[in-house]
Amino acid sequence: MADFCMPSLGADMQEGTLVEWLVKAGDEVKRRDVIAVVETDKAAIEIEVYEDGVVEELVVEPGQKVPVGTVLAVIRSEGEAAASPQQRREPAAGTGGAPVPAESAAIKVAAAPAKPEPAVSVPSAPGPAAARIKASPYARRLAAERGLDLSQLPGTGPGGVIRAADVAGGVAPQVLRPGTEQAAPVVAEPAPVPPAAAAPPAKDFQAGMRRAIAAAMARSNREIPHYYLGLRIDLSRTLRRLEAENLKRPIRERILPVVPLIKAVALALGEAPELNGYWVDDRFQPQEAINIGFAIALRQGGLITPALLNADLQSLDELMAALRDLITRARSGGLRSSELTEATVTVTSLGDLGVETVYGVIYPPQVALVGFGRIMEQPWAENGMLAVRPVLTATLAADHRATDGHRGAQFLDALNRYLQEPEKL
Amino acid sequence: MTTTAGTMRKLTYREAVREAIREAMHKDERVFLMGEDVGRYGGCFAVSKGLLEEFGPERIRDTPLAESGFTGAGIGAALGGMRPIVEIMTGNFSLLAADQIINTAAVLLHMSGGQFNVPVVIRLATGGGRQVAAQHSRSLEGWFAHIPGIKVLAPATVNDARGMLWTALEDPDPVLIFENSNLYNMEGPLAVEAGAVDIDRARVRRDGRDITIISYGASLFKALEAAEILAKDGIEVEVVDLRTLRPLDEATFLASVARTHRALVVDEGWRSGSLAAEISARIMEGAFYDLDAPVARLCTAEVPLPYAKHLEEAALPQVAGIVALVKKMVGGHG
Repeated sequence: MADFCMPSLGADMQEGTLVEWLVKAGDEVKRRDVIAVVETDKAAIEIEVYEDGVVEELVVEPGQKVPVGTVLAVIRSEGEAAASPQQRREPAAGTGGAPVPAESAAIKVAAAPAKPEPAVSVPSAPGPAAARIKASPYARRLAAERGLDLSQLPGTGPGGVIRAADVAGGVAPQVLRPGTEQAAPVVAEPAPVPPAAAAPPAKDFQAGMRRAIAAAMARSNREIPHYYLGLRIDLSRTLRRLEAENLKRPIRERILPVVPLIKAVALALGEAPELNGYWVDDRFQPQEAINIGFAIALRQGGLITPALLNADLQSLDELMAALRDLITRARSGGLRSSELTEATVTVTSLGDLGVETVYGVIYPPQVALVGFGRIMEQPWAENGMLAVRPVLTATLAADHRATDGHRGAQFLDALNRYLQEPEKL
Repeated sequence: MTTTAGTMRKLTYREAVREAIREAMHKDERVFLMGEDVGRYGGCFAVSKGLLEEFGPERIRDTPLAESGFTGAGIGAALGGMRPIVEIMTGNFSLLAADQIINTAAVLLHMSGGQFNVPVVIRLATGGGRQVAAQHSRSLEGWFAHIPGIKVLAPATVNDARGMLWTALEDPDPVLIFENSNLYNMEGPLAVEAGAVDIDRARVRRDGRDITIISYGASLFKALEAAEILAKDGIEVEVVDLRTLRPLDEATFLASVARTHRALVVDEGWRSGSLAAEISARIMEGAFYDLDAPVARLCTAEVPLPYAKHLEEAALPQVAGIVALVKKMVGGHG
């Protein structure tokens, strides 16, 4: 038996509303099947199951809002023995904002909203009751500020209510690693939350997202020794090819310039695998899949970085379709849990707004962020000739713990090479 | 108290009110006192004893038993430039004058487009606990605190009894002063040079860290007594004296609740639709995320006040009840 729990789909996620079950008790499910839709403050997210099995019981009713970690359903699996190796095959932890998806069927996630590290997982053992935890507003605030999981605190008030004194006596959440070294990328001690971020109610979506971004970025700048490399790239070949291709297509099927850029990043990462993965437990853990987290600004403010999965293996058409789909769903709801948790690297493109150069802050535990500025017509000297070319400044922000500048330079060089040979994209 | 003991004297709440009236009469010849039995009898609660002799019947005026009439006369006098102090024997009888207070005094400034303000001061005895039965024991100050256009004061200390009247007289709008009749005999320290005090802020009367009791009038002293008892059990109670019931100084009690994280409102009014309800709601609105326990209220039982002593005591908020409730709220402390 495994518990299928409300996953944490972002650092700001404290609770989610089960919108819909796509399965019923008795249904067979396969790994990666979408079996439920969960509404978070951000969007409606389709939740996948990470285990083959049979739905034993649906615990939570549609419409119920429950804290992260609450058991939503019980899945009868082939057995624990079968589940473990499967877990180990899965890519390691998510994108700093999320739990390890492979284990999401078997972990409880701390529910504190302002915790800098949301992916504090504890073993699947006895799950907390699905019932709402009773805690005073002040106790909730204190627990959030200190990164404590309310479900782990004793309630000594009337009827077991958790009060401030119980929080004061509480201990910082212990990081219990499920399985092997494939632990979630967690810091053992929650970093202090900046005071400005402490107060707002979790309901306030913007404040929540701001707080989540604040926590992730503060951790990034605190822990990751960034180095930055920039390269001006002549995009004339890529754009010319794209233009020719787009001329043949109806407008809706045209490919945006960012798509070949993403594809080139994915291919270049294949030549610099040390930039694709996670820094966890003081060592780099490379990831085989190249899942490009693409930063999407949300209309209401804040951003979300869902992943284009296996970007290196997809054609430009497939990538364009995937990107369009991702942006639509990011803004209207319907992102899948894996898309929110499996990015292995991030691409951020701010050229739309006229920015020339992006100096990125890495999204931990990833080790690299590729930034693209605006494509500008520039004087360009080549072979002793001066010409006007569309030029883009690509930057790499990379984790110096995982790679050195030499490796980073090789990546940018490869990126440039692919963009000069657009037929290979 | 900021004054040293050497310059303090002791006097009763009744004497403090009387001094306040005398001072006002001396300072401003437009001030006069009128009400039932305020002259020859010296006031139902003996507040105005001796004033008729001192100021004469022109300025200390006995009225018929006609609250609506003499309150209306007071409002008219205020409109005419005087500074009347109207004494309504008890708040219970203010019901007969409610139309004058609510429908006239409170709205004239507004309805005249700002032309006519009504600087009348109305003093009313309030509260139960003296075995005068249901028709004489109500606490209706919360009702009047509902009405925009008037100010409602509830002096609890001798210092406030001495100092609020003058400030109220200087106020351009109608001010109601509810004096809890149980306090008239209370003796308290007063600085020799004591004078006017503000009428727009609450006061923290006792500092504490574990819970805030918000109260006013006679209940304030029950709260302070309970705080003494609770201190022996290690529970440090902060006590806020509202002083002014309209407009409420919510900043003071919200700040206190933000420190202590718990709040109990002790109000001699009935609970339903009460001032206590209003304060509780404001704490919810303004300090929700600071609360470690639901806001509690201790109010008078929702019955007409009984005549029988033991029943009346049981109906009113008492020290023992406050102590028990606070212990329950703070629970497992220490």
